[in-house]
Amino acid sequence: MPKIIINQDKCKGCLLCVNFCPKGLIKKSTKLNKQGLNFVEVDLKDNCIGCMQCAIICPDCCIEVYKE
Amino acid sequence: MAKTKVLLSGNEAIAQGAIQAGCTFYAGYPITPQNELIAYMAKYLPASGAVKGQAARVFIQAESELAAINMVYGASAAGARAMTSSSSPGISLKQEGISYLAGSQLPAVIVNIMRGGPGLGNIAPAQSDYFQATRGGGHGDYHVIVLAPASAQEAYDLTQSGFDLADKYRTPVMILGDGVLGQMMEPVKLSSRKIKTPPVKSWALCGCAGRKPNIAKSFFLREGALEEFNLKLQKNYQIIQQKEQRFEGLFLSDAKVILVAYGTMARIAKSAISQLRNAGKQVGLIRPISLWPFPERAFQIKNNRVKYLVLELSYGQMLQDVRLAVNGRQQVEFLGRSGGGILSQEQIIDKVKKIL
Amino acid sequence: MEKIFKRGESLYDVATHYCPGCGHGIAHRLVAEAVDSLGIREKTIGVAPVGCAVVAYDYWNFDCSEAAHGRALAVATGIKRVHPEKVVFTYQGDGDLAAIGTNETIHAANRGENLSVVFINNAVYGMTGGQLAPTTLLGQKTATSIEGRTKKAHGYPLKISEMLALLPGVCYIERVSLENPQEVLKAKRAIKQAFENQINNLGFSLVEVLSPCPTYWGLSPKESLDWIKLVMRKEFPLGRIK
Repeated sequence: MPKIIINQDKCKGCLLCVNFCPKGLIKKSTKLNKQGLNFVEVDLKDNCIGCMQCAIICPDCCIEVYKE
Repeated sequence: MAKTKVLLSGNEAIAQGAIQAGCTFYAGYPITPQNELIAYMAKYLPASGAVKGQAARVFIQAESELAAINMVYGASAAGARAMTSSSSPGISLKQEGISYLAGSQLPAVIVNIMRGGPGLGNIAPAQSDYFQATRGGGHGDYHVIVLAPASAQEAYDLTQSGFDLADKYRTPVMILGDGVLGQMMEPVKLSSRKIKTPPVKSWALCGCAGRKPNIAKSFFLREGALEEFNLKLQKNYQIIQQKEQRFEGLFLSDAKVILVAYGTMARIAKSAISQLRNAGKQVGLIRPISLWPFPERAFQIKNNRVKYLVLELSYGQMLQDVRLAVNGRQQVEFLGRSGGGILSQEQIIDKVKKIL
Repeated sequence: MEKIFKRGESLYDVATHYCPGCGHGIAHRLVAEAVDSLGIREKTIGVAPVGCAVVAYDYWNFDCSEAAHGRALAVATGIKRVHPEKVVFTYQGDGDLAAIGTNETIHAANRGENLSVVFINNAVYGMTGGQLAPTTLLGQKTATSIEGRTKKAHGYPLKISEMLALLPGVCYIERVSLENPQEVLKAKRAIKQAFENQINNLGFSLVEVLSPCPTYWGLSPKESLDWIKLVMRKEFPLGRIK
């Protein structure tokens, strides 16, 4: 199953990935990162399809995408 | 150039000096009275033979003085010996780029063949850009080395020194002449060295193969970083002030009145001195060759009764440096004209007789 | 598992100073990806502008130069003429390229300098606080067009890409957008094309990138992307211009 890993310290919480994930797997966290910003978290229990939409739109290059 | 002695105008002598100093990049914009320089570069630079380590010799007529100086910035950052030339109003435009060159520690040679100002002024010879040249000229705490030739031969020689100094200290160097020097034809003895190979520049931008990336920049945003950098620049300027003061002295051992003049004005002063000496008057000359660093050493004259007479084609700009150098020990007089009028021998002789 | 999307060698692994949702981060990455995919990192020299992207060289892992405001294409001309075998590009905003640097832009293009230009059009001055840019849309409110840009007071949005397309020295101009992942991929192809043109000695190439500035548009990052799609693209249509 494909998966993504989010670099939460570099995330600025712009939420563009949240908007473009076709499966709705990415959510804004209630926690703050080192920058004092609400980063995003991914819940992979619903299947990530490895479409890379989140990584392509991320302005901060925070998302790595993996596939089998 | 097979002949070793050729007849050149000051403008052409500067261009020929640059070519032999291994200049591989020239960008300029036409302006009187330096047009012979850009024309000479257009004609001879691209065909002047390869310089080791450089792809080509490049001449560009830029769309403006701003573009020209910033092309020089790029070429210098890329490791070339780069030059531009202009005259007073054009140099005002170039000041932005000169400040950036200084702030990025990039070597370059900038020629200013001065004309009358302010504003569009006129195209007659003048020396009224002394402040602009020696005080930095643009924004920020910086200096450029300023060399003031008084003959076509010296224009040729100092341009070559200018490239060496620029690389040695990683600083812009200005060759400061005036319209008389630029236009005047004189024999110039060409140096036997053909084309100088510029030093290897480890900081230059040429692709980061096998090393970390190089950055050419003058921007220091981190707190304290700019002050740290400025102190480094100041240290460099102190070394330049210690080592690079240049002047010519004449009859300094017995002179009661010492004329102080540079460039074309110094030539007229010399003629006046020769007449005055023939009439038994003890008159000498200090001719600053480096205007920055100003040759303060020349003014370490012990006799407190000596008087200085500063002669300029301006209303007293170098005068301030002479006063600083003399520091109140001796009397400093001034005679100047600006706006196209040139001080004559007679005017100088009259003034000397009054103050002797 | 195989990593199918990661940061390339040409983009340093550091956080940028840009605001959340700013398009510069994406555009920087696209430049780095183009450089990496062409294998030219060790022969690339970038020229950074004055504007929000002034320290772009802190994010790119190759040689770079700064340039005074608007002078990037003059600086790039100097570098490229000294090193014709290297790949030299400028990265400039709308104020830099199309206001203070218009002269340098037009003449570098007209000389057909063999350079690549990444032109970030976000219709506003970002670094100085959201003032009117040459590309600000009619009606768009900025710090210096408080009631919105008017024809009478400020003139029209400047379509510099269309102007440059008239010049014979220009080989390639394309306008792209960062409004969604599909358009970002098109932008990536266009930037790569601009570099390839230079490698093939074809002359002056420019990619205009419609890029979001949420902070000075007063919109959320997603609303900013929608604004590009629904409003900005009407004034600045996407596609190959030359």
